[in-house]
Amino acid sequence: MAWESLNPPRDYLKAGVRKPYRDVIDVSWGDPHRAGVKPLSFVRQVLAACLYPKLMEGDRLMVDVRQRAQRLLKECAGGSIGSYSNTAGIPEIVQRVSEFITRRDGGVPCRRENIFISSGSQWALNILKVLVNSEASPRTGVLTPVPCHSTTILSLMALGAAAVPYHLTEERGWALEVEELQRALDSAKGVCSPVALYVINPGNPAGYVQNRKSMQEVIRFAAEKRLFLLADEVYQDCVYGKTEFVSYKRALAEMGPPLSETVELASFHTASKGLMGECGLRAGYVELVNLDPAVMKHINSLFSTNSCAPVLGQIALDVMTNPPQPGDPSYPLYMKHIRTSLAENVRRVEEVVNSLPGFSCQPVEGGAFAFPTVFLPPKAIERAKEVGMKPDTFYCLRLLEEAGLLFSPGTEYGQKEGTYHIRFCIMIPLDVMEELLRRLSGFHKRFMKEFS
Amino acid sequence: MNHGTALLWKRRALSSLSTTRRGLPKEKMSENGMMSRAKVLTIDTMNPTVKKVEYAVRGPIVQRAVELERELSEGMKKPFTEVIKANIGDAHAMGQQPITFFRQVLALCSYPELLSDSAFPEDAKSRACRILNSCGGNSMGSYSASQGIESVRQDVARYIERRDGGVPCDPDNIYLTTGASDGIVTMLKLLVCGEGAMRTGVMISIPQYPLYSAALAELGAVQINYYLNEGKCWSLDIDELQRALNEARLYCNPRALCIINPGNPTGQVQSRECIEDVIRFAAKERLFLMADEVYQDNVYAEGCQFHSFKKVLFEMGPEYSETVELASFHSSSKCYMGECGFRGGYMEIINMDDDVKAQLTKLLSVRLCPPVPGQALMDLVVNPPQPGEPSYERFIKERTATLSVLAEKAKLTEQVLNTVEGIRCNPVQGAMYSFPRLTIPEKALQEAKELGQQPDMFYCMKMLEETGICLVPGSGFGQKEGTYHFRMTILPPTDKLKILLNNVKEFHQRFTQQYS
Repeated sequence: MAWESLNPPRDYLKAGVRKPYRDVIDVSWGDPHRAGVKPLSFVRQVLAACLYPKLMEGDRLMVDVRQRAQRLLKECAGGSIGSYSNTAGIPEIVQRVSEFITRRDGGVPCRRENIFISSGSQWALNILKVLVNSEASPRTGVLTPVPCHSTTILSLMALGAAAVPYHLTEERGWALEVEELQRALDSAKGVCSPVALYVINPGNPAGYVQNRKSMQEVIRFAAEKRLFLLADEVYQDCVYGKTEFVSYKRALAEMGPPLSETVELASFHTASKGLMGECGLRAGYVELVNLDPAVMKHINSLFSTNSCAPVLGQIALDVMTNPPQPGDPSYPLYMKHIRTSLAENVRRVEEVVNSLPGFSCQPVEGGAFAFPTVFLPPKAIERAKEVGMKPDTFYCLRLLEEAGLLFSPGTEYGQKEGTYHIRFCIMIPLDVMEELLRRLSGFHKRFMKEFS
Repeated sequence: MNHGTALLWKRRALSSLSTTRRGLPKEKMSENGMMSRAKVLTIDTMNPTVKKVEYAVRGPIVQRAVELERELSEGMKKPFTEVIKANIGDAHAMGQQPITFFRQVLALCSYPELLSDSAFPEDAKSRACRILNSCGGNSMGSYSASQGIESVRQDVARYIERRDGGVPCDPDNIYLTTGASDGIVTMLKLLVCGEGAMRTGVMISIPQYPLYSAALAELGAVQINYYLNEGKCWSLDIDELQRALNEARLYCNPRALCIINPGNPTGQVQSRECIEDVIRFAAKERLFLMADEVYQDNVYAEGCQFHSFKKVLFEMGPEYSETVELASFHSSSKCYMGECGFRGGYMEIINMDDDVKAQLTKLLSVRLCPPVPGQALMDLVVNPPQPGEPSYERFIKERTATLSVLAEKAKLTEQVLNTVEGIRCNPVQGAMYSFPRLTIPEKALQEAKELGQQPDMFYCMKMLEETGICLVPGSGFGQKEGTYHFRMTILPPTDKLKILLNNVKEFHQRFTQQYS
């Protein structure tokens, strides 16, 4: 990834160079812990107890922590988290995940055989492996949004597939328009053979949350054009605006037969985002809907070669889908956390960024990032060209050097020709956000003045 | 590998049943012209190479074992009271205890508030702090660099240097992985290319650990089988390597040679001379060497010793050490740790072209990073308590106990199985399995054929249904035509293992009797 190879931020400080800032604020990843957010106590206590059961002696840990850990250990072979689990995950955890999905979707049934827990993004890779025929000519194509986080594009390339970009409409809050899907599909004629439509909701990097109507249009389009629907919903717990999150599974179910029984859908979720932010534990799941049973058998074989998802990650998923409830001793501490400060972060970001000339930020309805447009002056674009960089990369490099803020340039995600964006993670502590906005404002004003 | 005809019928029946249940109209077009039946993703449209992927260790016999467990828990009567999963190399599942020190440090890393708790020894605390300091935001919940946490890679490099008597190791050549499997599959991805007669061929031992055959099938690579010599305790003959290579050159482009040492499923520990021969062979024939060494601490037999390919390579001098391309793999799932659920591992890459290294880094970045707890565990494995440290005594005691019990069980398994007429078991020199050869009576071979099953699958299925013991048939690993085996782990606790071995013995005698 070009941007990452340009600037390992720690090296700046290691080299002993004097800077006008004490530390680099790294918000280039969707990694809340890295940015200073503390892990949730409950899940970490449960993990510690599962790792070292002796901790459960005495009153060191709260009773609900002990009960959860004991239950989980009983569900592990040999009572140890060091054992392999079943391919799709510890069956009882898979069951609870399926119950979570049903609750989330207002009662829409969820079959546990359709769920595979896996190591982070492995779920997506495995599903893509089944869809993408690397020997086919023309190549398999997958419709992907612009902007889109780079991991998906890289995965597609690694499998020999083609990404077929469809542009989201920034002026309308990054809306997904069917006409644009059609245009993208048409552009693929003779180039590749599209088999799937990949949607991200809530978005990354753009912070939109799709409304039901838009989702129904997407579903109808996928059905009509015979596309497998891949729904990346890892930010479903990060919603701040007016639009409620509705899962594609639910939207599909509510449309009734024949669509609800035929459209093939894979939905992804993870313990890496949301309140947990446990990226390093590598745990996620995919729910597969309406797949051919014969294909499911092969998908199972494919997952089996990965053995199983890391057990600690599975435990994190268990807590994510079944957090402490009102009345549980750990509940008060669990609730008193990031959600309130996230809404506040979003408010402050929109307020500050939109007040700065040369910036425009669509409402951040959900997700982990702000993705404002930067209107770069022609002189800045010239200078960037001179040093052989994309204009937004140039902006970000200066931002790092002068203000100690590590953002990522829009060029990494794709954007409309002639537009420039920057992305930064908003899932950070309130005080860090204030510092970030202070530095950003200062830098931006100076930058705009320099290149006016 | 054939599945039983019974299974095929069952699958077809189920799929048509579910169609009827769904109430889907057959070839009906609705008013707005949408097809309501045909799926986008079918057996015919899916990636053809994925269809060839099979992984016997978690294959159909295990699925049946899980079904039986469910039936037992629902109260169904069986000729046994529990299902024993002797199919998978999962030590903790069979009652092996984790190393206390490792679990203490990891608990501290998970919940650092425990650092103020007097229940933990000081050395565990200082290890935990060191690990946390190298994690983003001091949390195991942060992503790490794709290649793995730098300080862990440095510790791995130092471990390798100590293990190999001072042969230098560059941390930049160390890649932390999600179990060893992640590294193995990634390397194969890099190696496989070409079309038709130039398609990459990869040499792998028969019998082999079926991750290799599965990965090669998925990548559409050519699997080149070289047979280990069962009569000579599963040794590797260079002549056999040469034969396999020469034949393969006619229809593919052989580029890599995979070797598992100590072996899986066969358990043989290669001699130093053998390793040198393999290296010379790889150098001469220009093959990339892949050395799967995950069982490096599991060596039991008298006169056997683990020699790492890296060490031997370097001791052969610059003619080899500067030219032979080698990837060595290790994991936290085996040895004395048995921490399969952590998915910890690493690989060391020697003499890889720099441009290819850049591509490797890119490929690894797609999966973001390996699980951080697994990386932390690997750090402890390569950096265990030292003499003088508070946790040292206990650590050594636990490790020695675990390894010596495994050695006893290896011996016991070989002994008992060799008392059975019709079972021949080579010494279990290392690893975690026995891979005995079975004599299957003609009538049984017939019946298996009629059912469309491999004879050893037929045998193992029967054993499962009659005794509750789940093994993996040799056909899942590959074996010489006309021979039959099963793979059984040596992991159950000694008293249970004795009962198990006895049940296997009795089953074999009954089976032989039944089909005589």
